[in-house]
Amino acid sequence: MQIYLPVAEVSVNIFLVLGLGGLVGILSGMFGVGGGFIMTPLLFFIGIPPAVAVATGANQIVASSISGVLAHFRKKTVDLKMGTVLLIGGLAGAALGMVVFNYLKSVGQVDLLVNLCYVVFLGIIGALMLVESLNAIRKIRKTGGTMPFVRRQRTWVHILPFKMRFRTSGLYISVIPPLGVGVLVGVLAAIMGVGGGFIMVPAMIYILGMPTKVVIGTSLYQIIFVTAFTTLLHATTNFTVDVVLALLLLIGGVIGAQLGTQIGLRMKAEQLRILLALMVLAVCGKLALDLLLQPRELYSLASAAGA
Amino acid sequence: MMMRLLWLVFCVLAPISGLAEEVVLGLSHDKVAITTSFDGSEILIFGAVKREEPIPTDAPLQVVITVAGPSEPITVRRKSKRFGIWVNTDAVEVDHAPSFYAVATTDELGKTLRYIEDLRYKITIDRAIRSVGAPATVSNAASFTEAVIRIRRNAGLYQQLEGQVVLDQQTLFRTAIQMPADLTEGEYATRIFLTRNGQVISQYETSIEVHKVGLERWLFSLSRDQPLVYGLMSLAIAIAAGWAASSAFRLMRG
Repeated sequence: MQIYLPVAEVSVNIFLVLGLGGLVGILSGMFGVGGGFIMTPLLFFIGIPPAVAVATGANQIVASSISGVLAHFRKKTVDLKMGTVLLIGGLAGAALGMVVFNYLKSVGQVDLLVNLCYVVFLGIIGALMLVESLNAIRKIRKTGGTMPFVRRQRTWVHILPFKMRFRTSGLYISVIPPLGVGVLVGVLAAIMGVGGGFIMVPAMIYILGMPTKVVIGTSLYQIIFVTAFTTLLHATTNFTVDVVLALLLLIGGVIGAQLGTQIGLRMKAEQLRILLALMVLAVCGKLALDLLLQPRELYSLASAAGA
Repeated sequence: MMMRLLWLVFCVLAPISGLAEEVVLGLSHDKVAITTSFDGSEILIFGAVKREEPIPTDAPLQVVITVAGPSEPITVRRKSKRFGIWVNTDAVEVDHAPSFYAVATTDELGKTLRYIEDLRYKITIDRAIRSVGAPATVSNAASFTEAVIRIRRNAGLYQQLEGQVVLDQQTLFRTAIQMPADLTEGEYATRIFLTRNGQVISQYETSIEVHKVGLERWLFSLSRDQPLVYGLMSLAIAIAAGWAASSAFRLMRG
């Protein structure tokens, strides 16, 4: 069954889009990630114009993050103060990312930028995750199941000025690193159409030293506002949010997330992380090949009306 | 595949000029509606040749039918290898290229139409596209116009249907034109030419309207005319859906 998307102006198979939403939902349920970084490239593959995929992806992440953050609010695992600091950086970053996005769109390099961002970030995150989970498995085999405790160390983060107390996270650190992380994630959200959880979660643990239990909730809280802001910016400046596409992805995603959670419960954490790492690297590899190999069609068309 | 038929039916009209042969037709259906389930459309065009005199015997009558979508300027970009990766480097603006163009004929185009007539009426795909000229820094500028034709041909947006018009008794003609799903909205100019010896002896023009309707129309206009309202609406839907999903699954788990 085909459905015509009013803003993307293409006709797609309704079950393909529902399935795609479902697949990404399963992944996000299994691994606890937003899934935007897989969703947007998959939308490119099925023929949604990149600008629409990025903007609509942001809208869809708002929904999945709200669904997730409500559960974390009930468990009281959201650090509102830290989330707000990250958010201030995030909104500034999103606005900045948008300016960059629109400038590159006008000179015809937006697809390159989006693809490069994906290749670089997916490559780094995928490789790090793979190495880390392989090491973890090796250690478990050696020590017979107990993970060694790593003492949190004083790093450069603790020397910077403008210190602030974050009670929920049990931290007393400068506001500059969280603001910086926020800006970076905001820029990525605007350019890549992702929530940025896959960058923010490691940054919160390793750079800011936040306890793992509040990290997911806090990152979801911040992502809601940044992606909502990004959606509005894309909707008002580029007219590229397709609400029909977002709705279909959302329905598939919600159902998939529940399935994924069930699958995730039956698997070991290290196996899950290796799987996620391999998948991230596969998407990265596909996008990298597109950049490196000579494309079959060297020419591309774009409307010149806006330029 | 949704079939939508457009009938161009023959009806008798008083002769308005002194031409020996002319196309006479009427439209009973001149709109293509893009609905939620729109997946392209097939247009059946048929009509007849009206004449006051006996059929001339010097050369066979030929029919050329063109359907052209709204034109808009487009930017064509060419990739080349920079620092090991493929990057858009050159750009040429083609200032007049129809979003859809189909030309159907009774015989090979070369036999149906003389070059000079093609230049005059802009019938073939090559003539329908106009480019002001590329900046001097761009090499091989003609390849950009060729690229427009090649890309749109592969997408089914430009069609050259030689020998696809059926002509019976040198009087009744018909053809079918497939329109793909990704149509641009607007007026689709439809022209019918009668030729003998490659000379255009009569022409007829009409138009087909292609428009989004219903929900598609409403959402599209809202996203362009009231982008803030549209953006807020998209967010409201996302927030409601996220909240509903969370509560629904909490209830299910008990």
